[in-house]
Amino acid sequence: MKENYTGTPTNRVDGKAKVTGEAKYAAEFEAPGLLHGVVVNSAIAKGKIKRIDTSAALQLDGVHQVFTHENRPGYSWFDKHHQDEDAPPGSPFRPLGSDEIKFSMQPIALVVADTFELARYAALLVQVEYETEPHETNLEANLDQAYKPKKYKSPPPSSPRGDAAQAFERSAVKLEEAYAHPAHHHNPMEMHASIAIWHEGGKLTVYDKIQGVQNSQKYISTAFGIPQEDVQVISPYVGGAFGSGLRPQYQLFLSVLAARELKRAVKVVLTRQQMFSFGHRPHTIQKLAIGASEEGKLQAITHHAFAETSRFEDYNEDVVIWPGVLYDCHNVEVSHQLVGLDVYTPLDMRAPGGTTGTFALECAIDEMAYKLNMDPLEFRLKNYSEKDLNEDKPHSSKELKECYRQGAEKFGWANRMMEPRSMKEGHQLIGWGVAHGAWEAQQQEASAKAVLSPEGKLKVSSATADIGTGTYTVMTQIAAETMGLPLEDVTFELGDSTMPKSPLEGGSWTVSSVGSAVKLVCEKLQEELLKMAQNMKNSPFSEAKPEEVSFANGQMFLTHAPATSLPLTAILEQHEGEPIEAEASQKPDKEQKNYSSYSHSATFVEVQVDEELGTVKVTRIVTAVAAGRIINPKTGRSQILGGSVWGIGVALEEHTVLDHQLGRFMTHDLDKYHLPVNADVHETDVIFVEEKDDIVNPLGAKGLGEVGIVSVAPAICNAVFHATGKRIRELPITLDKLL
Amino acid sequence: MRPFTFTQSQDVDTAVQEVSKEGAKFIAGGTNLLDLMKIDVMSPSHLVDITQIALDTIEETEAGGIRLGALAKNADTAYHELVETRYPLLSHAILAGATAQLRNMATDGGNLLQRTRCYYFYDTHTPCNKREPGSGCSAIQGYNRDLAILGTSEHCIATHPSDMCVALAALEATVQVTGKNGARSIPFANFHRLPGDTPHLDSNLQPDEIITAIELPANGFATHYTYLKLRDRASYAFALVSVAAALELEGNTVKEARIALGGVAHKPWRVPQAEALLHGQQATRENFQKVAEAYLEGAKGFGHNDFKIELAKRAIVRALEQATKKEATA
Ligand SMILES: Cc1cc2nc3c(=O)[nH]c(=O)nc-3n(C[C@H](O)[C@H](O)[C@H](O)COP(=O)(O)OP(=O)(O)OC[C@H]3O[C@@H](n4cnc5c(N)ncnc54)[C@H](O)[C@@H]3O)c2cc1C
Ligand code: SF4
Repeated sequence: MKENYTGTPTNRVDGKAKVTGEAKYAAEFEAPGLLHGVVVNSAIAKGKIKRIDTSAALQLDGVHQVFTHENRPGYSWFDKHHQDEDAPPGSPFRPLGSDEIKFSMQPIALVVADTFELARYAALLVQVEYETEPHETNLEANLDQAYKPKKYKSPPPSSPRGDAAQAFERSAVKLEEAYAHPAHHHNPMEMHASIAIWHEGGKLTVYDKIQGVQNSQKYISTAFGIPQEDVQVISPYVGGAFGSGLRPQYQLFLSVLAARELKRAVKVVLTRQQMFSFGHRPHTIQKLAIGASEEGKLQAITHHAFAETSRFEDYNEDVVIWPGVLYDCHNVEVSHQLVGLDVYTPLDMRAPGGTTGTFALECAIDEMAYKLNMDPLEFRLKNYSEKDLNEDKPHSSKELKECYRQGAEKFGWANRMMEPRSMKEGHQLIGWGVAHGAWEAQQQEASAKAVLSPEGKLKVSSATADIGTGTYTVMTQIAAETMGLPLEDVTFELGDSTMPKSPLEGGSWTVSSVGSAVKLVCEKLQEELLKMAQNMKNSPFSEAKPEEVSFANGQMFLTHAPATSLPLTAILEQHEGEPIEAEASQKPDKEQKNYSSYSHSATFVEVQVDEELGTVKVTRIVTAVAAGRIINPKTGRSQILGGSVWGIGVALEEHTVLDHQLGRFMTHDLDKYHLPVNADVHETDVIFVEEKDDIVNPLGAKGLGEVGIVSVAPAICNAVFHATGKRIRELPITLDKLL
Repeated sequence: MRPFTFTQSQDVDTAVQEVSKEGAKFIAGGTNLLDLMKIDVMSPSHLVDITQIALDTIEETEAGGIRLGALAKNADTAYHELVETRYPLLSHAILAGATAQLRNMATDGGNLLQRTRCYYFYDTHTPCNKREPGSGCSAIQGYNRDLAILGTSEHCIATHPSDMCVALAALEATVQVTGKNGARSIPFANFHRLPGDTPHLDSNLQPDEIITAIELPANGFATHYTYLKLRDRASYAFALVSVAAALELEGNTVKEARIALGGVAHKPWRVPQAEALLHGQQATRENFQKVAEAYLEGAKGFGHNDFKIELAKRAIVRALEQATKKEATA
């Protein structure tokens, strides 16, 4: 029988390497004569460096060089040479580019020394004099400066459908509110790090923390004018990234710059504080107007987003697509405007735009349900959309209704009392809330290579990443199942720019893109094996067509007559002790264009709020997810659990505080930037709802990385309202807002 | 981090001598000092490791109280039988702080001397009178949500972040110290300072003095007590407001009340006259509310932290109610 590895909960194949420390992360590699670089960051948000004095640092024994804008080597000056795969339109920041300061904590010098400790000490001795200029970092105070970017990074907001303004005016029940989502920083466990190793002749080997090695490779190659084949980027393990590793960060640029100039190996690791010196989820203010009929049919939705960006790039994300994706409403108007501030460019962060936009929309929908005195779940069902109205396309599959049903049942939603403040235990007000969300299921072109050894061991590779999501495991499952080999006989390799081309690991598309390529390359090997079998003497397969053979238990056999079989090792003997190889590239099928594909989630939450003290405890979360085939229910569940925990953070804790007088993020460590801790996380349930999808990609799998976070925060906000009767429209909901 | 020299002292006298050297500092658990050295907020040129000195015992005193050696670990203190049974308020306060890992490293003496968590104090690129006298206070006009509402000055509005100290203040501990001029005992209320115009000084400990012990008087209020800590997440967060409350009750009549607030001032905050309002009175919500009002008299917010005034009042009432009902924590 064929082993069904996909769909079976499977332990991480890299689990042992990770817990034993055998798995190496970017900063952990060794190189002969390795030097250490420490970055000096700017104290001000805007102005010029009048004087930078590195003499005291250079006097220390063991300090090799201090790179600044004054002495740095030349590099390409064209914008396009600094733009990476995830760059928004604009002019990317160049580390040590000039004396100009564009944001607080901007890297302004790199101290390179024999040891990290020495470099860190020397960095303190670099004296900087600034000429400050007035800065602006306050989004709220600068809304009048908002503009529509000439070019959008993600697809531009869709044009109006129907007449939202008029329909709103005519609606029996109206809601108009604004919602604020603060800036967040990614804060993966592993800090960003790069080691650049210079080789005689100018070639480079680079270890980098990145969500796509080929993105770093191309970036280094164009920025420094080095032939692409002379740069190898390696990144076998990533200790979380959440989007922070989609763009090459400045430690990569600086380590390469120093390594080339000093003709050495140079390591640059950012500190936790410096993790707050580059991209972040942008502070976003959203204005929503919703109109409904008395019976609870949506008549109009307008959704306008105002988000910060830097002065040099126009970052935007999918904040306002959700009314069209989630609701059946025919008068919709949306816009996304930017406000340029003296900050670094925002950066994709887990479910970019989805987290922000769904929070506002799903809270507003809840508010509307209360205006209508209608159960919030019933209101959503009444306005359920079978189509993606942004694109006017049917869904390739959409089992959101089933998510509602199973989630509500597990949670016990039927016992909910509508009235806020109607449930109480001692001092604790109890609230139940619901919200739903979606994330697009995308497939990108990806390639993979497969090598089958004479012993029947399979090695598959692709230049993708595993940012903790379980890529190693899932690809191993797909390859083992396709080839009919035991899991132990299959290894998957990733994170090396010399491997077959792969997109960035992001957008929840890795399983669908790379997984489809892995499947295809295995099928190619099978064709090859069949040909080899047919060349054997008296081959029982001489007449067999590829679609008539199957692979299981290390054997090839005729599907209709399984007794007719050959062990793969026997077939491979034809190759005289040499392995066989195949490479394949999988593109999305054209048929996909006729459909919209989204993963969906529905989240039910219970909170306890202290009636006098305002403290909030999330006592229960149930999230039901429909995301096509779940290749690995175990790592998949972990994704949804992680999303739930992060949702608690979004709703109640996370907030990078910007001091506008200083133009500086002040909560720059994990004591001050709060993420949920174990004690904040209680009962958390995950349900995977069955969903069959033959269109989305050859695997029928949609993606789980992002759909798990989007619906959690609004469900918590709605539960807090149900508990207290208070609507908090500015995240996070800290206790002071509930007093 | 800047270079420094390092020595280990085996006894109190050498420790005192070593610390009298220019730029010297003691290091105990290092959980606060090392963090601050790494980000250049503190930069001692000589570190005197005192962890080898035999000051880590917890024992009964002749006066019927207990003595906590300055180098006893926070965790060992909280779980010590004498503390758990006779001073459970202290035990609860310690366990409300930091994390298990930190409490395993942190010492009782170090806990008293941990420095403020004011955001600006932690960032050498911002003005801060506590870190750099005369440079100004960024917090007064800036982000001050975590900072003080009582006993502030125009120079500094920082809070003392300890939980343990709030319980020690309520229990009227004394701090035993030894310096070049010999030993002395400092009542807890006089140990920490208000910022005034010297915000760089957190306590009245002299630079050459070492804390050798913390002594607790006989009465540990082990029946009616509560440590209530309100914070932004359930663990690993400092108090926005905390209350150590302890009552002696006869029936429902209050014989003695002790209340100390954390997270609201440069030191654990006690108002003995306000506590006295309860003496001889009934343990009722109305009476607790009166005390709460009196406790917050003169409180002043700075914008982001205005909410703490109301929160502290409610917390006092809740803590006293819980103490009456023998509920140790929230
Ligand atoms: C992330 C984090 C979270 C925390 N959360 C909390 C919390 O919620 N509540 C709380 O109360 N605390 C909290 N803490 C603080 C922790 O309790 C203190 O860091 C700890 O108690 C300090 O003790 P230590 O022995 O490590 O001191 P050290 O860091 O070694 O020293 C601190 C200071 O005390 C001086 N010193 C130490 N011992 C003596 C002595 N015997 N005599 C004279 N001077 C001495 C040192 O010179 C130094 O200046 C937290 C700390 C961290 C890092
Ligand atoms: S409150 Fe005190 S510690 Fe904070 S910035 Fe002002 S002076 Fe410094």
